[in-house]
Amino acid sequence: MSHRLSLTQAFVFLLRRDLLLALRNRAEYAMPLLFFVLVITLFPLALGASPELLARIAPGIVWVAALLAAMLSLDSIFRSDFEDGSLEQILLSAHPVAMLVLAKVCAHWLVTGLPLLLVAPLLAEMLGMPSEAQPTLLLTILIGTPILSLIGAIGVALTVGLRKGGIILSLLVLPLYVPVLIFAASATETAATGFDPSAQLYMLTAFLLFSVSLSPWATAAALRMSVS
Amino acid sequence: MFLWFHKLGSPPHFYRIAGKWIPWLNWIFLLLLLAGLYGGLWLAPPDYQQGESYRIIFVHVPAAWMSLFIYVVMAVCGAVIIVWRMKLAEVVLISSAPIGASFTFLALVTGSLWGKPMWGTYWVWDARLTSELILLFLYLGVIGLHNAIDDKRTAARAVAILALVGVVNVPIIHYSVEWWHSLHQGASLTKFEKPSMPPSMYVPILIMALAFQVYYVLALFQKCRVELLRRERNSKWIEEL
Repeated sequence: MSHRLSLTQAFVFLLRRDLLLALRNRAEYAMPLLFFVLVITLFPLALGASPELLARIAPGIVWVAALLAAMLSLDSIFRSDFEDGSLEQILLSAHPVAMLVLAKVCAHWLVTGLPLLLVAPLLAEMLGMPSEAQPTLLLTILIGTPILSLIGAIGVALTVGLRKGGIILSLLVLPLYVPVLIFAASATETAATGFDPSAQLYMLTAFLLFSVSLSPWATAAALRMSVS
Repeated sequence: MFLWFHKLGSPPHFYRIAGKWIPWLNWIFLLLLLAGLYGGLWLAPPDYQQGESYRIIFVHVPAAWMSLFIYVVMAVCGAVIIVWRMKLAEVVLISSAPIGASFTFLALVTGSLWGKPMWGTYWVWDARLTSELILLFLYLGVIGLHNAIDDKRTAARAVAILALVGVVNVPIIHYSVEWWHSLHQGASLTKFEKPSMPPSMYVPILIMALAFQVYYVLALFQKCRVELLRRERNSKWIEEL
């Protein structure tokens, strides 16, 4: 080949390709969003519609739903690429696989994590969350959902070669999500009671930086294992 | 020394050595267990607050230690697998997982049996209990992933990556849960400080911990031997046995 891509070009190219694929296949980003809304709807139905109760547990509900929605959409990061063989091409490319993995994870987050940001205020209002907590909720979603995609990518990479990867995937990934859940929900709750949630937000940001720096390497190693 | 280690890494050699050690380990384990139980259940005085029911710690604390220790062993094996592709490390990793899961389960069960008379409930969502429960899930994830992949060498590599990711996360999970909520008492024994209990109580705990370590090695050797037989059933050295 005469034309060689630089790493940045390859990164952007892969990102654009994945976004384009998602755009042409609307169900991919609509489904997790719909699931998120549905799960949140289930809670008032199961717990009763008492406004005080709902307002108190709203941060937890929103975050549990976000976790489940992320779980549901994880499989799409590598599944179709694995099936049509483009994953092998990615692994064979001259660029560091970890960076290309990061591009794919970014695309996945833009498609499935970011939309949660748009519906979250609406749902928070419906659950009666105090309005001073809503900016914090959005901030936790903004910082927290990329972590979910990054950690989830490791799990998907480990299970992508399996026929029934789904149930194993949740067993692998959900325990690793615990810290995100704790800090995100606790930040929102702290803000709802009128205190300063910055400590939890700093912790979440630290988790994000930590997982951005380490998870792509683990994912790349797991992909090599799955494809070989 | 290195040669010895290298030889130990070869499956037939390990199979033979482990077979020789197992009867000895059996006796050592039995002696330590009896000594520890005797020290814990007869010699140690009853606690001034908790009476006799505190005696479950002679099982609970060593089991909880083992649950963490075995996870670390698995992670070390994971690193060895990824770097050197050593077959024996794969076998040790896989064989450790069910033992570690059992110790975790034992720690949870004994803890909740102790919790009923002391805290008045079998389970509270306390930091240590929760992180121990999550540790159990991590173990089950390792076992589940290994079972799901048919080719056992690939499975071992997958599990190695998972164990390494898990061991990075264990402290994070532990401290975040700690931060979240804690009712459990602080660590009873630490390396650097004077223990907060008399020798008649902590010596039996240490003996029991040692007994559990020996038990782990014993169970590990037996499981490894079975796993080796299963994996290498077509190789020549097994035909010669």
